[in-house]
Amino acid sequence: MNQVECVECGTTVSVPDNVMRGEILVCQDCGTELEVIELDPLTVDLAPLEMEDWGE
Amino acid sequence: MRIGILCSRVRVEEKLLFEAFARLGVPVEQVDDRALAMRAGEGTPPVDLMLVRSISTVTGLAAALLLESAGARVINSYATASTCADKARTTVALAAAGIPQPVTEIALGPQAALDAIERIGYPAVLKPALGSWGRLLARVNDRDAAEAILEHKETLGGPHHQVFYVQEYISKPGRDIRAFVVGTETICAIYRSADHWITNTARGGRASNCPVTPEIDALCRQAALAVSGGAGGVLAIDLLEDPARGLLVCEVNHTMEFRNSIDTTGVNIPERIARYALAEMSVVA
Repeated sequence: MNQVECVECGTTVSVPDNVMRGEILVCQDCGTELEVIELDPLTVDLAPLEMEDWGE
Repeated sequence: MRIGILCSRVRVEEKLLFEAFARLGVPVEQVDDRALAMRAGEGTPPVDLMLVRSISTVTGLAAALLLESAGARVINSYATASTCADKARTTVALAAAGIPQPVTEIALGPQAALDAIERIGYPAVLKPALGSWGRLLARVNDRDAAEAILEHKETLGGPHHQVFYVQEYISKPGRDIRAFVVGTETICAIYRSADHWITNTARGGRASNCPVTPEIDALCRQAALAVSGGAGGVLAIDLLEDPARGLLVCEVNHTMEFRNSIDTTGVNIPERIARYALAEMSVVA
């Protein structure tokens, strides 16, 4: 399993092997949602906040 | 033949769809809607068939429109998606087809909305015409609440909140029904149960299997045809059980989530969607 650093609190976050670009990870320490923006190298950023027109 | 899934956020549903296509031996491209830019009616679409799974309704609609203008086949089509995305349009389409639904009035000003609520009677439900996950739904129990909510919407809401979607409150038995239509077939359904009057699973509603009765099947097929100009699609139909009138169609969703409905129903929903998409393009998996 890969690991990446939470961009909010710096905690190491585990990343599943079959992770996809655009997938959301949640930091176990601070609860921040992280979006996988690159697979190689594995890079995350803060996920966009929920918008009014999201979801079904 | 190139097939794509348009998404930004990859939820469980998108991941299951990618896996479903992979199991069928069909390569699928992941297309990020945030990277899409096209000239209307020009150029070559990035794929021949796009399954639109944008988490943003507005983004998904614009993408469907542009992709279709460039000649791509889009599921769901722009016409179907735009009808489902706007509850006012859905209501009009269902009414035109004579499909039973809760009494609904669409008002264009706060006083007109208050009058509509009084005509419908308390409790009434106020919904944003565009919105999901049970956000900003309000059960209006009396005139004081109506006046307060309407003033808040008028003052704080954006343009979407200047259309007031007022619906009768259905005293349902602690649950509603979400049925899944793929193509023109009702493939499965779930009950969504909750102690709260809002039963969306995104708000904590519990899913359990709902047998697809002939009545549910017929009503969902009719609703799917009504919002799609007879074409069908990949749709989730929300039904309410009214003690007196029976089943009523409450909403039709065009980018539904289904993670809680696969094990519950025993139906492999993502595979059914993938097979439908391939059949639409006459691809044999």
